[in-house]
Amino acid sequence: MIFPKWTNSLPLVLGAVAALAGAGVAAGVTMYLTPKYTRAGYTPVQPVPFSHNIHAGQLGLDCRFCHNGVERSWFANLPGASTCMNCHSVVLKDDPRLAIVRESAANNTPVPWVQVHKVPDYVYFNHSVHVDRGISCVKCHGRVDQMDEVRHDKSLSMSFCLDCHRDPAANIRPTDKVTKLDWQWSTNAAEADRLQDSEGKKLVEHMKVESLTSCSACHR
Amino acid sequence: MIRILLSIALIGAALGAATVGILGFQGSQMRKPPFELFPDMDRQAKLRPQEPNHFFANGVSSQLAPAGTVARSQPLQTLNGEVYTFEDSPVNTGCVVGTTNFVETNPLPVNEALLARGRDRFDIYCAPCHGRLGDGNGITKKIGVMAAVANLHDKRIVELTDGEIFNTITHGKSTMGAVGPLLPTPDRWAVVAYLRALQLSWLGAKEDLTTAQQATLK
Repeated sequence: MIFPKWTNSLPLVLGAVAALAGAGVAAGVTMYLTPKYTRAGYTPVQPVPFSHNIHAGQLGLDCRFCHNGVERSWFANLPGASTCMNCHSVVLKDDPRLAIVRESAANNTPVPWVQVHKVPDYVYFNHSVHVDRGISCVKCHGRVDQMDEVRHDKSLSMSFCLDCHRDPAANIRPTDKVTKLDWQWSTNAAEADRLQDSEGKKLVEHMKVESLTSCSACHR
Repeated sequence: MIRILLSIALIGAALGAATVGILGFQGSQMRKPPFELFPDMDRQAKLRPQEPNHFFANGVSSQLAPAGTVARSQPLQTLNGEVYTFEDSPVNTGCVVGTTNFVETNPLPVNEALLARGRDRFDIYCAPCHGRLGDGNGITKKIGVMAAVANLHDKRIVELTDGEIFNTITHGKSTMGAVGPLLPTPDRWAVVAYLRALQLSWLGAKEDLTTAQQATLK
């Protein structure tokens, strides 16, 4: 007898180990090597504890009050410190949390904000073309108006973009509701779905929204 | 046999639990920047707006235009023909050409589209303090953080020229900051036009209507 008896079970054991290892690797890659894990949840500590919850949520400032170039530019700009000072020259004018902003406004130095949403440089995303065609901020950024600290809410992965590009009608809304993050077609979920379907198709047709899924739509 | 398979399954479960324990779940809060597999492709050596950039002495990528720079632009269609952004013209300055006197009326053709645009912009940039009605009851008044907010229906403001209102929007006045940097020129004139409509809505009298319109009133 060349092989001991236990080797009879070796194929089964190896098979089980291989199957388990394969399933483990597949599960691990799906869970951890996608932007749903690597990007979503990113919440950097900002130099100034600015709360979107207070400004956009409670005070009801429109997103464009600060991000004023978003309808005209590919880039959703951060406001200059002068925009902050339009109110904060009076409101909380000696608050230590705003020291950096006051200094920035006085000396024309940048506030070192940390960028949260950052698609790779080989992706050409244009804010204006989305915002001006009825794609709401909330679709990619989540409920920023409820965030005290801005958090990377969605994955912004390629499949995330494609899901919407393949079916714009399911995500579009009237252009004047783009910055109303809590807006819905209807408070009744079934009715909202029905309207999204029927009105969404009309908006897509009216604004000549194309379902762009070619590589060069985003990678130029 | 069963024992071997069971122990393999247990080891697998332990490894899985350890992985989840260390790496956490999708979407859980993290302070460190996202991991990038190909950093040289993800972050290329090119200029992007509003980023640190050490090519320039002041270390920022978005530079202010040198003094005297004229932006490439389309001319504005005013009541007196086409005007470019660099021209000394009422539409750019709010003043009569060659003087510091404010123009009486809006140099842009006032139509429904301009008023709609004005309303849209007013509600974004002016309403937080002046209120959507222009009566000075914006959110800053409600929470009591602004010392004084003008009621835009005050006689002194109704009597201002369009040019002076444009000038105030552009450069600010007392505690009101300049809105010019946020709002392009035609949008500021649109706001002026809409403000006039708002004021008229408070000042208008029944006699301003035609007899036919008066008949429809209750």
